[in-house]
Parts: sequence; C-alpha cells; structure tokens
Amino acid sequence: MVNNKAGMTLIVKTITRLTVGLIMLFGIYIVFHGHLSPGGGFAGGVIVALSFVHLMLVFGKDFAMAKISRNLASNLESVGALMFLFVALLGFLGGSFFHNVIAKGKPFDLFSSGTIILSNISIGLKVGVGLFAIFLALVVLEMAKKE
Amino acid sequence: MELHILLIFMIFAAIVAIEVNDLLSSVVAVGAVGFALCVAFLILKAPDLAITQLVVEILCLIILIRATIKRDLPLVIEGRWVFNTFVTIIFIVVFLFLSYFVFKELPAFGQPIMRVANLYLNEGVLKTGSVNLVTSVILDFRAYDTLGEATVLFASIIGLMAVLRSPGRKGKGKV
Repeated sequence: MVNNKAGMTLIVKTITRLTVGLIMLFGIYIVFHGHLSPGGGFAGGVIVALSFVHLMLVFGKDFAMAKISRNLASNLESVGALMFLFVALLGFLGGSFFHNVIAKGKPFDLFSSGTIILSNISIGLKVGVGLFAIFLALVVLEMAKKE
Repeated sequence: MELHILLIFMIFAAIVAIEVNDLLSSVVAVGAVGFALCVAFLILKAPDLAITQLVVEILCLIILIRATIKRDLPLVIEGRWVFNTFVTIIFIVVFLFLSYFVFKELPAFGQPIMRVANLYLNEGVLKTGSVNLVTSVILDFRAYDTLGEATVLFASIIGLMAVLRSPGRKGKGKV
C-alpha cells in the first residue's frame, strides 16, 4: 500500500499511520461540537485539512492524491459552500434568511441548536477541503516548476 | 428616504463603472459605490461596519488606482506652497475641532455600552440553543457575516486555483 521510495523514513510513516486518523477525528470532533465548546467549522476544518497535509508530507504526493484528488477537493468545497447557502435559504421556512427553523433541543445536547450544527458541518467541509486544495495547488506548481 | 437616494446613487455609479470606457474612471466609480455603502451602513446604525468599509475601501481604491495608472504621477512641490500649507493647516484644525466632540461622546475606557452584547449574552442560549455563545453569534445572530466570510474564502480559493493551475497543461500534448 505504501510506496517506500516516496516520502519520509519508515519511522515517520509508522507514527503517522497511527496518528493521522486521530488528528482527523479531532478535527471532526471540533466541527461537531462547535456549539458546545470552543471551536467550530473554521477551526475544525483547518485541523481536518492539516491531517491531509500531514499525509501528503509523509507519504508523498501520489498517495495523498489517491485518497482525495484535486477535482474531488474542488467539488467537495463547492458542495460545502452550497450546503451553507442551503441552510441559509432554509431560514425562509421561518420567515427570514438564516432563521433558525429546526427545533432547538436541550442545551448541552450534541444535536441541539437547530441549524447551527448544520452550518458548522458545511463550513468545516468547505474550509477543510478548500485549504487542502490550496496546498495541493501549491505542491503541483512546485513540481511543474522543477520539471 | 436617504437610504433610497443612496441606493439609487450606488446603482447608478455601478452602471457607470461597467459602461465607462476609461479604466481609471471605472475605478473611481467603484470607489463612489464603496463610499456610498459606507454612508448607508451609518444610516442603518452599524458604525463598526462603516469604519471597516471606509478603511478597506480607501485601501482598495489606492491599490486599484496604482494598478491602473501606468506612468508615475509627478510630485509637484514648488509653487503654491503658501496655499498648500494654508489648506493643510485648515484641514488639521477642522479635524481636531470635530474630533474633540467625537471623543467627548465616547464611553469611558473599560466601560463599554453593551447594549447589543447584553442581549446576546442574556438570551443567546434561549434563542439559539447553542451553549457556545461565540458560535451563537457568528452562526445565528450574525450568520450573514459568516456567509460573507465563506464567500471570500471560496472566491480566494477559486482565484488561487485559477492562478496556480498546472502551467502549460494545454501545450503539453503538443510538445
């Protein structure tokens, strides 16, 4: 599965294989708990993007591109943006733009606060994939310059 | 009423910005739209946004004008220096005179007015169901701002990917 020539040494690869999932999980946790604890879509999205960047630094460009290609990254980012806009338009059911129409639920519950959690998820998707797309574009540019 | 006049002026200036042939005039028209927007924010009682809009608008306008004018503008220092100094001193005096009244109206340091913030703090959890008050402000009370931020991020990523797309992909097959 891992191309031994590309990327860093075996030690780094082994450690990364263990930790990268945890980093991503932490990012997703931050996104989902945006309405309960510090953080939210922007911060969590950056952490998710960093897990992909980590993967890319350690295993090389091709391994990370196989996980998530540039086109997929662009498409997912657009999906995130459209989802956020959809949440905003959902507010028209309650009368105005960004109206919180879904039931609020009990405070301190994970699924509380109506549309806020949906907005957080869409922003997290958008920021995470978007930052990774920027990193990918920069790396591809460097590669093209070297050739 | 003033708002409608401003909006009509902004629409008119935007049409001018699109239709005019000269690039510099177009930039100036865009600047007029921005300053009218600043006054519109003031009328809608959002002075914080007005300040931000003013600063960003001036900065963007300077950069855009600098980018449109190819040749360097000559810096004239000789002649008319009496008039120039006189005008400068008058403007400084007017500015200081007005700022005296403005600073008198400011709340004391460390004692903000908290008119809107108190509402957010007291009723935020009830109204949005979000325990994290920062999130309740940025994604519920002021979600429109966040939509703008997300749009800025989206536009910047699109621009970056357009600029940094692998160069010469079109010509690669030929060579």
